[in-house]
Amino acid sequence: MQQPQPIDESTNDKVGDTAMAPIAPNIGPLALFLAFSQLALSGFGGVLPWAHRTLVERKGWLTEREFVDTLALGQLLPGPNIGNMAVMIGYRFAGYTGAAAAFAGLVGGPFLLMIAAGLLYTRYGALPLVQQALSGMSAVAAGLVLATGLKMTATLKRHWRPWLFIALSLAGVGALRWPLLAVVGGLAPFAIAAAWGTED
Amino acid sequence: MGRVDLAALALHFALLSLMAIGGVSSILPDMQRYVVEANHWLSDRQFADAYALGQAAPGPNMMFVTLLGWQLAGWAGAIVATLAIILPPIVLTLGVTRLHANNPDAPLGRAIRAGLGPIAIGLTLASGWILAQSADHNWRTVLLTLATVALMLRTKFNPVWLIVAGAIAGIAGIL
Repeated sequence: MQQPQPIDESTNDKVGDTAMAPIAPNIGPLALFLAFSQLALSGFGGVLPWAHRTLVERKGWLTEREFVDTLALGQLLPGPNIGNMAVMIGYRFAGYTGAAAAFAGLVGGPFLLMIAAGLLYTRYGALPLVQQALSGMSAVAAGLVLATGLKMTATLKRHWRPWLFIALSLAGVGALRWPLLAVVGGLAPFAIAAAWGTED
Repeated sequence: MGRVDLAALALHFALLSLMAIGGVSSILPDMQRYVVEANHWLSDRQFADAYALGQAAPGPNMMFVTLLGWQLAGWAGAIVATLAIILPPIVLTLGVTRLHANNPDAPLGRAIRAGLGPIAIGLTLASGWILAQSADHNWRTVLLTLATVALMLRTKFNPVWLIVAGAIAGIAGIL
């Protein structure tokens, strides 16, 4: 990621930067805010595909490689991947203001939509027809989350160890209903130690 | 339903947000445990409804937290819950972004990613399990959940259409 680095000893003006910031034709906070608003509100059923479409294919702000690298780092960090990407991309193009603008764009529209949904739910949520619709939607939503978890297992290596940690966290949080902090705090050090040194 | 303590909620959600590896679905079980089971601020059903509505609207998945906060305490609840979930990871991300610029392939970073991956998967499956428990009341809704899983694994449907289909099935009275 590009950060303010005035003390660059390279004699050529842009050599050090070309890998990470090939094309940054004045992408300011407003442009970031608008782009992220647009991709967030297009993102029915997941924002990531729209982020790729907008940032890489349509606007050409990022190369394919840069997009994947940003995503990988975003996945490592806690919080929603797309939120972390908005912060990183915004910061890269326009510093802290850019990060704030991109993130505000990402969550601003959806925030208001959720409030509208809340108002409607408070008003009409008890109607039988709405209850019926929500029953079906909830059953599907549960299936979506399960499928996401199952899809994620495709990235695992063929080894028993990751499955052990999957089973333990699933049992601790899902079946026994222990607090997440205790389960993750207890498992994470062992999981990281076990992964340390294994090549991937 | 008891009175909602917004300060306690903010603290709890902020803590959870830092453990949301792979997104908000890994901390869903603990949100449900805290809001529904420990404090009785919402019913099981209200929680599942909020999540389903959040999935149906455009935007990042985590935004269902806004709706959850709204149900808990109106505008104040919506703002507090949303900020508590989004701010801590942002600060962390900015910090790491600056560090990462210097050494992108540090072995510790790789070990953390490889080690936490399976835990994130286990937590995501636990979320699905808990949502299914509150959403599936009879064999027909169980079937709908299983059909969703199968379709998601085998096809490239946009999930929103599946949610719409679920709503239609519910309205048609076949659930």
